[in-house]
Amino acid sequence: MSIALVCLIPFLAALVAPLAARGGRTACALATAGASAAALAVLLTQAPAVWAGDVLRSAIPWVPQVGLSFSFFLDGLGLFFAGLILTIGVLIIVYARFYLSPDDSMGRFFAYLLLFQGAMLGVALSDNVLLLAIFWELTSLSSFLLIGFWRQSEEGRRGARMALAITGGGGLALIAGLLLLGQAAGTYEISEIIKRGEAIRASSLYMPALLLILVGAFAKSAQFPFHFWLPHAMAAPTPVSAYLHSATMVKAGVFLLARLWPALAGTEAWFLIVSGVGLVTMLVGAWIALFKDDLKAILAYSTVSHLGLMTMLLGFGTTAAATVAIFHIFNHAAFKAALFMSVGIVDHETGTRDIRRLGGLRALMPISGALALIASAAMAGVPLLNGFLSKEMMLEAAFTANYAGLPWLMPGLAGLAALLSVAYSARLGVSAYLGPERHDYPHHPHEPPAGMWGPVAVLVAPVILVGLAPMTFAAPLVSRTAAAVVGGPIDAFKPALWHGLTPALIVSVIAFVGGYFVWRFHARIDAARRSAPRPDGRRLFERGLANVVGASRSLNARLHSESLPSYLAAMLSAVVVVGAAGFFTATHAAGARETLPINAPAAVMWAFLVASCVALVMRHGDRLLALIVTSVIGVVVCVAFIQFSAPDLALTQISVEVVTTILLLLALNLLPRETPRETSVPRNVRDGALALACGAGVAFLSFAAMTRDVASIADYHIAESKPQGGGTNVVNVILVDIRGFDTFGEIIVLCIAALAIYALLDSALRGEAARRLAAMRQGVESADAHPLLLVVATRVLLPLALVVGVYIFLRGHNQPGGGFIAGLVVAIALLMQALASGYGWAARRSRINAHTLLGAGVLIAGATGAAAFVFGRPFLTSTFGYFHIPLVGQIELASAMAFDLGVFLTVVGTVIVALAQIARVEARAERAATPEGPLGRGYGERATGAGREG
Amino acid sequence: MEYLVSTGIGALTASGVYLLLRRQMFPVIIGLALLSYAVNVFIFSMGRLAINQAPIFEKGVSAYADPLPQALVLTAIVISFGMTALIVVLALRSFLETGSDAVEEAVQDPQATIKDDKESVVR
Repeated sequence: MSIALVCLIPFLAALVAPLAARGGRTACALATAGASAAALAVLLTQAPAVWAGDVLRSAIPWVPQVGLSFSFFLDGLGLFFAGLILTIGVLIIVYARFYLSPDDSMGRFFAYLLLFQGAMLGVALSDNVLLLAIFWELTSLSSFLLIGFWRQSEEGRRGARMALAITGGGGLALIAGLLLLGQAAGTYEISEIIKRGEAIRASSLYMPALLLILVGAFAKSAQFPFHFWLPHAMAAPTPVSAYLHSATMVKAGVFLLARLWPALAGTEAWFLIVSGVGLVTMLVGAWIALFKDDLKAILAYSTVSHLGLMTMLLGFGTTAAATVAIFHIFNHAAFKAALFMSVGIVDHETGTRDIRRLGGLRALMPISGALALIASAAMAGVPLLNGFLSKEMMLEAAFTANYAGLPWLMPGLAGLAALLSVAYSARLGVSAYLGPERHDYPHHPHEPPAGMWGPVAVLVAPVILVGLAPMTFAAPLVSRTAAAVVGGPIDAFKPALWHGLTPALIVSVIAFVGGYFVWRFHARIDAARRSAPRPDGRRLFERGLANVVGASRSLNARLHSESLPSYLAAMLSAVVVVGAAGFFTATHAAGARETLPINAPAAVMWAFLVASCVALVMRHGDRLLALIVTSVIGVVVCVAFIQFSAPDLALTQISVEVVTTILLLLALNLLPRETPRETSVPRNVRDGALALACGAGVAFLSFAAMTRDVASIADYHIAESKPQGGGTNVVNVILVDIRGFDTFGEIIVLCIAALAIYALLDSALRGEAARRLAAMRQGVESADAHPLLLVVATRVLLPLALVVGVYIFLRGHNQPGGGFIAGLVVAIALLMQALASGYGWAARRSRINAHTLLGAGVLIAGATGAAAFVFGRPFLTSTFGYFHIPLVGQIELASAMAFDLGVFLTVVGTVIVALAQIARVEARAERAATPEGPLGRGYGERATGAGREG
Repeated sequence: MEYLVSTGIGALTASGVYLLLRRQMFPVIIGLALLSYAVNVFIFSMGRLAINQAPIFEKGVSAYADPLPQALVLTAIVISFGMTALIVVLALRSFLETGSDAVEEAVQDPQATIKDDKESVVR
């Protein structure tokens, strides 16, 4: 478990860092560094066991069905890499504390950094390849945030986007490759995979798996031809560059090659591809680095070159070369992180990183200058420093490799890369730090605070120590790590300062001499280079990206037409196609069930319905007519429900019909009265054909279904309605009891709809909409807005309607009725008051807020359901009993009735809110013309001042 | 009767779909209402048609209409009211906000735009 903890600590601390930032910059840095140090401490407690040869594992199943588990393992390589990530991480955090300006959000920076650190640790420690892929993509995402940390900088955003596109895209290839690898190995656990190298290399999946994994690893490690993203990622703050490009992000690809080395290496394909790509990258990176003037760009391309070196060594496929690769990862991490931080110091102190404007810095900042010179000497491979040793051993390994039948090719080109590396290192170190002191810097440089050069010193120490005494300071670590990489014993690892006059040493000397001349004649070589054409990776990438974006824009413009009819037509066509496919591939003849005889009233109603439908299609331009015809159809549907034994439905339908019609009438008052004719004949024909196809399909389907017998679960509901639900109206018992949870959900939906309506129209009384409403006010008003007869009738009817509502509610459990219907009836009765006497009149007299009704309804229904918990029953379990009430007699009370009350209140609330909101908007439009209700004047009028709002 | 009901559902669906594909908001709302009728009756008819067999339990009666589709349709009717109300209000608000009743961006029908430029009253 403690292995997982190593990886989890940074993730958890990422949440803490922004909070700690409130306590100040130092507190934030301390919390962050503390978290990394804690993770490092946990890791180191495991070190003795790992170095003794144990492989520690911890696993929690995650999705075992697909072989995904939350499993980590720790061996020599994992320990080495995680240790590198955390050690350099701590140093970077200290450095960043002093590097970042007070304007930068330190909490955000450290949160991103910790996220990234956690993801990198996940990559280093994952046992499961799928988990590794997840962490791998997390590193891409979190590095995107880090590289683009200065969001205001266009360059930073571009660099971040490019890094994400390349490394994230490579990650997708990697996932595919890892899945194939898992298939080939028969397991997704890396600790097992690396033991099954023979079987994997013999598998037919080896080649595709290898290629896909290499694409992922090369993209991440900026290998040719993916190398161009890395220099653009240098737009990041320097601590990020130092961290991502020395020890972590770009090393992930190399790490993966090392991790899977026992499984994949050793074949001809591996050798040719990996060492070839590595060699080319090494040369290309060094060549470009030579001609950069920005210190950071030099370091970026030098990183590309050194990554190529490591890749090439792993590609050789020999244990000796793999050991050297590990040695160089270690050495490079130390001197490159130190150099990045030094460049950050230069930038910080002088305000420029341009090599042409720098010089003589060693005198101005002696400590950091000396440290930077040592680190660049190590990069060049100067003897007595660590870079010399790994370079010598690299050249030695190159002499053993016979690439494409040309034994001199590898050592020759590797020597050329070493020569270039000497030249660019000299340029970096000598031009910036040596030479005459200059005084024309944007800021006058000073020695930075110890917090900035301290981490550099910590990194330069191993550069010197390893260079002087490699057997003491590097051999134990490197040989144990290398043994873990190759999964077995390695040849004795004996780095030494003097091996005798070996071919490697001769190449090295040539490289130094040649490098010196290249540096001396840099200007001339540069001029020659500038006159030759050269490809620009970034421009190619940008152009490719622009093409992809352009293509997707034009596709989008064609598909996303912003036309509702087109979308609906597309959807409906799809429905018709699917339906037609089913129709023609299965039986669709009418069933054998006996049909009911047609009676005359039914035929008349049917004729009404069809005529209404035709009328609607033909004359829908006249909106009032369309509305009236629609309600006629509603009545026909209601009659159909009566005919076919559904009294509850008929009651609901008729009351909903009334409410809907009032609603649409109110809305129509504010909308245009006419729909303009659509004159496009082809379009009308298309729509007509689609409509007929849909109608015919539904008609056939329902007929085919209705003429077949069906085994229904209705019998259970009918049988249990009375004994268990305590009611004889089965429909109502289903609603409030058997399927009460559905109903509960439905009243919540109603409640949400009502609130949405309120929100939509409440704000319509301001802004553009309000001005438009005001403009409508001049419309013609009826002289008699509130007919006396209507006013009197509705007021007389109100108590009667309320009584009817209560009656329908109470009898609902046993006879047609219930909360839904009663709610609609009561809502209509209340609405009639507003319609007849005016909204303002009704609003002033209403004692109950519609929102209260809504809330109370849902709460009562919920509380009724929750009451069952008190009796240890599940939600919405109901009960009922019989009570004797004087005068009324024996009555039955069911707990479901309280639930039904909730339904009732919600329905009333919804209807009132919806219609009252529209009426209120309406009142706004006609406020001048509307007289008060005729009976309202003089009596019963409460003093409400201005009355209508406005 | 099954002929009448199924063709009735078909007629409702066809006219509903046709109105749904119009370019103005109001016919779309009417079309949705028609489709709601069609769907409700369709679901209801999946319990098969029965005459004089209301699902009110009585001793000695054995034949009932299927109560389950009825319960489903009952809530569907109420929910479709809520939906219609929401869409009407959405239409109203968008009309008030933009002065246009169209549901299609490309076609700007001058007739649908109320001419409020001249009459605009600045509050």
